[in-house]
Parts: sequence; structure tokens; C-alpha cells
Amino acid sequence: MTLLLSAWTIGLILSLLALGVYISYRVFKFADITADGSITFGAAVAASMLTRGVHPLAASGAAFLAGAAAGICTGVLHTRFKINQLLSGILVMTALYSINLHVMGQSNLPLLSVTTLTTYAQDLGRWISGHDSATLLGWPVSARDLGSLLLAAAIVLIIAFIAWLFFNTNLGSAMRASGDNEQMIRALGVSVENMIVLGLSISNGLVAFAGALLAQYQGFADVQMGIGMIVWGLASVIIGRALIGSDNVGAALTGTILGSVLFRLIIAVALRWGLNPNDLKLVTALFVFGALVLPMAMQKLKVRRHAAAA
Amino acid sequence: MLQLRDLQKTFFPGTLNEVRALRGVSLQIDEGSFVTVIGTNGSGKSTLLNAVAGGFFVDRGAISIAGRDVTRCPEHRRASMIGRVFQNPFSGTAPTMTVAENLALAARRGLGRGLRSLLPARLQKELRDRVATLNMQLETRMHNPIGTLSGGQRQALTLLMATWRRPELLLLDEHTAALDPKSADQIVRLTEQIVSQHRLTTLMVTHSMQQAATLGDRIVMMNQGSVLADYAGAQRRHVRAEDLMRRFDEIRRDEQLDASAAEMLRENYV
Repeated sequence: MTLLLSAWTIGLILSLLALGVYISYRVFKFADITADGSITFGAAVAASMLTRGVHPLAASGAAFLAGAAAGICTGVLHTRFKINQLLSGILVMTALYSINLHVMGQSNLPLLSVTTLTTYAQDLGRWISGHDSATLLGWPVSARDLGSLLLAAAIVLIIAFIAWLFFNTNLGSAMRASGDNEQMIRALGVSVENMIVLGLSISNGLVAFAGALLAQYQGFADVQMGIGMIVWGLASVIIGRALIGSDNVGAALTGTILGSVLFRLIIAVALRWGLNPNDLKLVTALFVFGALVLPMAMQKLKVRRHAAAA
Repeated sequence: MLQLRDLQKTFFPGTLNEVRALRGVSLQIDEGSFVTVIGTNGSGKSTLLNAVAGGFFVDRGAISIAGRDVTRCPEHRRASMIGRVFQNPFSGTAPTMTVAENLALAARRGLGRGLRSLLPARLQKELRDRVATLNMQLETRMHNPIGTLSGGQRQALTLLMATWRRPELLLLDEHTAALDPKSADQIVRLTEQIVSQHRLTTLMVTHSMQQAATLGDRIVMMNQGSVLADYAGAQRRHVRAEDLMRRFDEIRRDEQLDASAAEMLRENYV
């Protein structure tokens, strides 16, 4: 049960990463690998502030801003200096590696003895269950795990709601249109370049925020923790799209969150059944490959069947 | 209203693919006039329209709209003055967004885009009412993705979007060329109706002599990046499609003559 609970919690935390990837990948069709660097950047900034006694909420907010700044860098490299999308992301991601080491001062920063959001989560869990352990559907769970899950769910709900509101404003809609049809939105007076920079900054802000939450949940920040995270995000977004096949904003946001949680649960089950943790990234990459290729193959099959029938 | 002075544009200069697309085009268009631009493929007519819209900057010359010099003004800043309809019906609308969302985006053409709701109830009603005037039963499909509509329907909506806020200048780039004859006809009629209703200054590129002869109050004929003929006023009223065709045949013969004359000279002297 603890395993399941923790899979849910991490799935929810990483759904913020998935929301960030949704903005770059689904809205702008921009495969933004900056995410690998900015999730660690968020964790590093939050962790180093927490060890200096900054309030967890302020530290998490600062992580969002740090990620947003990284996103702006990628956006500016791409739009102003005309550097290829992927390369812009790679440059910023690489630079962030050094920056992260500087921010943390070492390659791993433990957070076990400082006040973090997890401390609050534990208090919340205790307040609900009355003592250190609780029962969930008849299973014993710790107050910390229960509180973390509830807090993560609340944070994700609030952020998803704000994102939904944003994408239905004039600005947010112009952003969606920029990814959908550049020529059209330019003719309607919107600078697509500015939209890309703004979009990537929000995207990486969310990713870094996810990093900050993840560090607080697992109790440390590590300079390596971002490796392959973009693929995690992509997997969640793709599963979300498959779960809810609609381009409607609300549906897409919901699908992305569900996709992240579902993917994390699948992985947890696979690990429980004896998947070697070293193979995790390989399996993830293969999964994304399959998800990208499958629709095309299905389409071909459909066309062929159609031709055969006719 | 629209003033073009000696526009010149060369694509890929200094390479094998060098194209001198505009070779000194000057044109003055009065407020409220409806000009059709015709020409063969590669005559520079679409390039001219693109230069006015701001798709690229001209190498030389000046463009001013309503007294404002926009020669160095990027495309998205000119948008406050210009409404556009493209040749490709897919170019003018965002396919995954709904009909209502597309229209609402156009309702803020050239205005700031802040954090107010895109589709407040009042606007939704107005959108539905104006879509109903198209008589295409699209008012029942306001919340469908616009990508599920036909080319003709999308082009009609693009026309409505381009003119939602009255533009100083309406640019139509062969906007019926990609449609089936029936839809093309429908769009032509809609264009006429909207242009006359709002008394819009319009520049329309077309490859159809028939359209050029029946629409608008002035015809500009282009060839090889320059203006070849300009029919306005009384002269315009007497132009028929056949006259335009004949004029094009003359050009083609002249060009062939040039080519064969060059061939003859080479054979004799080289």
C-alpha cells in the first residue's frame, strides 16, 4: 500500500512536469529538452533555500521563477538567435548542469533535517488521522504518506485549474493559436516569437516547481535527478492524449495529469514484478517510441483495410 | 490610402536561384476602392500582396497605409490595419480550436491580449448572430473544432474574421482558388457583400480573368515583377474577360518572340 501511495504521490508531483511538457510539446510542438535541466534547477534552488531556512512555499515559488528564467533563455535562443529548437534546449540544459552544482554547492543536498512541505504534509496527515499512522481502505499507512498524497493532489488541482483558466483567456488562447497556426495568429497581430518565449517560461517554471516538490518529497536534491525527465513527461502527455482523445483544453489538461499518474502506477507495478530499476529509462524510451509509432501504423493498417474492402 | 513607391524585392540574391520578384512597383489605391490584381504564375502578384502584409521587408521602396509608413514594420504590427484571407483555406484558421474561439481571436486583431476571458457571454451571442448572417448553418457548430469544417466554410469564416474589426485594408490572396466551383461562387458573393457593406479598401489577387472582370472597380495587370496595365474608371468599365485574355496572349507572344529572336541571333552570330 505504501508503494501504491507513493506511486500516486510521485505521479501527481510529476504531473506538473507533464503539464509543462504539455505546453511545450502539445501546444507549440516544441520538443523542449530544457526540462531535464530545469527540473533539477528547481530542486536545487528550493533545496539550497530550504537549508538556509527559507519558508518552503517561498522556496518552491523561487524554484518556479528559476525554471521560468531557464525557459526564457531557451525561447530567446530559438526565436532571437534562430537556433534550432532541440539545440536551444540542449545548450540551456547543459549550462544548467554547472549552474545546479553551483546552486547546491555539492552534487547531493539532503533535506531530512529541515522544514519542508513534507513537514506540513505530515502535520496534515496527523491532523486527519489523529495519530502517526492511519488506515486507508483497511491498510495501514503512515500519516506522512497520506498527508503528502493529499497535499500533492491539492497543489496539482489548484495549478491545473489556474492553467485551465489561463488557456481560456485572450492571452492563453493566442498562445494556443500560435502553436496551431502561426500564419493566422500573426495576421491577427500576435508576435509568435513572444508567445514561444512566454510559453516556454511557463512550461519550465512548472517543471522546476515539480522538481522542488519532488526534492521535498524524497528528502534530497541531486544533480542527476533530471536525466530523462523529458521522456517521462512525453510519456505522460502521450498516455493522456490516448486516454482522452480531445483537443479541448480542459480534457487535455485532465488527460495529462491522469497520464502521469497512470504511467507512474504502471512503472511501480512493473518494478514490483521484478523489472530491473536500471532498465527503467530504456523501458520508458521504448514506450514513448511505441506510442509515437503506433498511431502511424494503425493509420496505415486502416488505409490498407479500407483499400482491401473497396 | 495604400501607397506603394518603387517596390523592389529579389529573393536569393547572388545565387543560381535568384528571382527578381518585384522590379519597381508603384501603386496608389484610394480609400474605398476595390482593386483586383491579375497576372500569370510568377508575375509577382502574390509577392506584392505579401510585401504589403509584411511577410518580408522590401529591398527598396516604401509602403504606407492610411498615411503611416509601414515599410519597416513587422507583420504582426501591421495586423491592426490589415485583414487577410489566404489562398489555402487551412491558413486562415486554427484547426484544433473551435469556431467561436477562432472568431474571438479575430475580434481582437491588433489589440492587446490580456488575462480577460476569451469568450464572455456577450461576445458569444454576438459571434453567433454574425455567423448566422452567413446563412451556412454554422451557428449551430460554434463549439466544434474549426478543422472539422469544409474548405468553403472555413474560407467564409476567415473572411468574416478578417473583417470583424473593420480593417483599413483588406488583402485577398487568390482566396477562392483552392475551392470547388460552387463554394468559390459562394465566397465571391460573400466577398462582394462584405466589401460593399463596410466600404472596404480591398486588394484582391486572382488568377481568374472572369473574377477580375466582374469584381472591383480597378484592374492591375502584372507581369515579370512590374505593373503592365492599370485599368481604372471608364476604361475599367469596358474591360471584359476576353480583353484581359487577349492582353495576356500578346504578352506571351512577345516573350516567345524574344526567345526565338535570341535563338536566331545566336545561331547566326555565335
